[in-house]
Amino acid sequence: MKLLWAWAALFVGLLYFFLPLLGMTEFSLKMRRGEYSFDAYAKVLADPRFQETFSYSVVMALFTIVFGVLLVVPTAYWVRLKLPWARPYVEFITLLPLVIPAIVIVFGYIRLYNTSSWLPLTGTATGTNILLMFGYATLALPYMYRAVDTGLRTIDVATLTEAAQSLGAGWVTILARVILPNVLTAVLSGAFLTFAIVIGEFTLAALLDRPAFGPYMQILGANRAYEPAALAVIAFGITWACMGLIQLVNRFSKHSRAQR
Amino acid sequence: MIEPSPARGRARRQPPYWLGLVPFGLFTLLFLILPTMKIVVGAFQTPGGGFTLDNLRGLNDPSILSSYWTSIKLSLVTAAIGCAVGFSVAAAVILGGLPRWIRGPLLTFSGVASNFAGVPLAFAFLATIGPVGLVTVLLRTELGIDLRAMGFNLLSFNGLVIVYLFFQIPLMILIIAPALDGLKREWREAASILGASGLQYWRMVALPILFPSLLGTFALLFANSFGAIATAFALTGPQLNIVPIKLFAQIRGDVLGNPNLGYALAFGMIVITGVANGLYIWLRVRSERWLK
Repeated sequence: MKLLWAWAALFVGLLYFFLPLLGMTEFSLKMRRGEYSFDAYAKVLADPRFQETFSYSVVMALFTIVFGVLLVVPTAYWVRLKLPWARPYVEFITLLPLVIPAIVIVFGYIRLYNTSSWLPLTGTATGTNILLMFGYATLALPYMYRAVDTGLRTIDVATLTEAAQSLGAGWVTILARVILPNVLTAVLSGAFLTFAIVIGEFTLAALLDRPAFGPYMQILGANRAYEPAALAVIAFGITWACMGLIQLVNRFSKHSRAQR
Repeated sequence: MIEPSPARGRARRQPPYWLGLVPFGLFTLLFLILPTMKIVVGAFQTPGGGFTLDNLRGLNDPSILSSYWTSIKLSLVTAAIGCAVGFSVAAAVILGGLPRWIRGPLLTFSGVASNFAGVPLAFAFLATIGPVGLVTVLLRTELGIDLRAMGFNLLSFNGLVIVYLFFQIPLMILIIAPALDGLKREWREAASILGASGLQYWRMVALPILFPSLLGTFALLFANSFGAIATAFALTGPQLNIVPIKLFAQIRGDVLGNPNLGYALAFGMIVITGVANGLYIWLRVRSERWLK
């Protein structure tokens, strides 16, 4: 009886989650009348706006990841090694982007860094791109910091640092050649999550008026019928790939730990 | 957080440790804390820079109040249903005796679905239960059920609830699964030795232990949907009357006719999500006492 209920609950849940995915896939194939085709995909992929916005978002995601790693890894490492008292404070700050809605943060950016302010980042395209990257890094901060901090927990930071220091390594060498390789899997899972967030992000890019993938999807959705479904399938595929890579990376890391 | 060095003598040989936090502190100050402070302070300022409570009073406007009310209702409903359904699914998989191999894929899928919010999610639902969506058409042609005639509209409050649940339920599963795992077998055995039925075990042992987790996750789900904008925006455009969309329109074009009223609108959002998240953090600390 209990088992029956369990299966029923799971089945209803699956139905709810697979119908929209099925619906969007089916719809995306229906562009040609009367038969299934990949016309909508061909149209989307050939659209120069798609190529521009998608590559823009990919580049932004890569910059965000690099910046996030450079910011988070040394900080998390330093907090663990030398400033354990600061841990709760740093952790609290990294969780703030989950508390403050993204739209509020970007509202603050627009008012704080407009052309007539002391740091007129929104005055130029490059400046706005940098501001957007910082915004993305802020949105990804909770995930990135938690991933790296969890990774650091599995290694003996103090011993590794002392060993490296007695071999004459400086801070940069310690971070780049000792700590980073040890937490690489954690950094990677943070990176893939960041990638997924940046690719689909809408609010920041729309309000800062940058040609990113999220706003492009919204505009296309308001004007076309079949192409948006194709875009949704592509976006879902990207999210799925990112999560799959996180799983893969984690499994890989468990494996190497068990062998040791 | 960053304090001046307490001991000058120690600083002479090597720089004080807190200097290592300067990049992080500077970044979060410039791109997280100051922007938020700007909004909070702006909510209490006149356009000229003087102190005022008029902006907060300005929130007492029928259209703004109704947007807050719609947002709060939407968040409460989706958080409640999300908690109930997510809990059932997680309990079915973890405690219901389903095969163990289901767990991995389910949690992975929950990770994907809880991140699949935003614009594409809106498209997926439009293609499914929109006017010409897969399910709508199938129901009409195969079973003769006309959703539209029955008053169902995806671009309405109820429609939004259905769409939001797509990321609320998986988030619930992700967060509550570890808590369910933390329920010890021994508690159940002890309860049944003392003669408790399954229902009694749940009512008197499991649910009281899980209660902080459940309530905390409810608060988190509430905040999650309260701040969400992209899905609703892609679904209904700028006219839907929920707070984030109203704020979006205000930032784009000052639709309220008073820039500082926008600050107050955003300040209200911070207060609401802040309270919800504060509740979550507090309850989480309490629940970890049992579930570690």
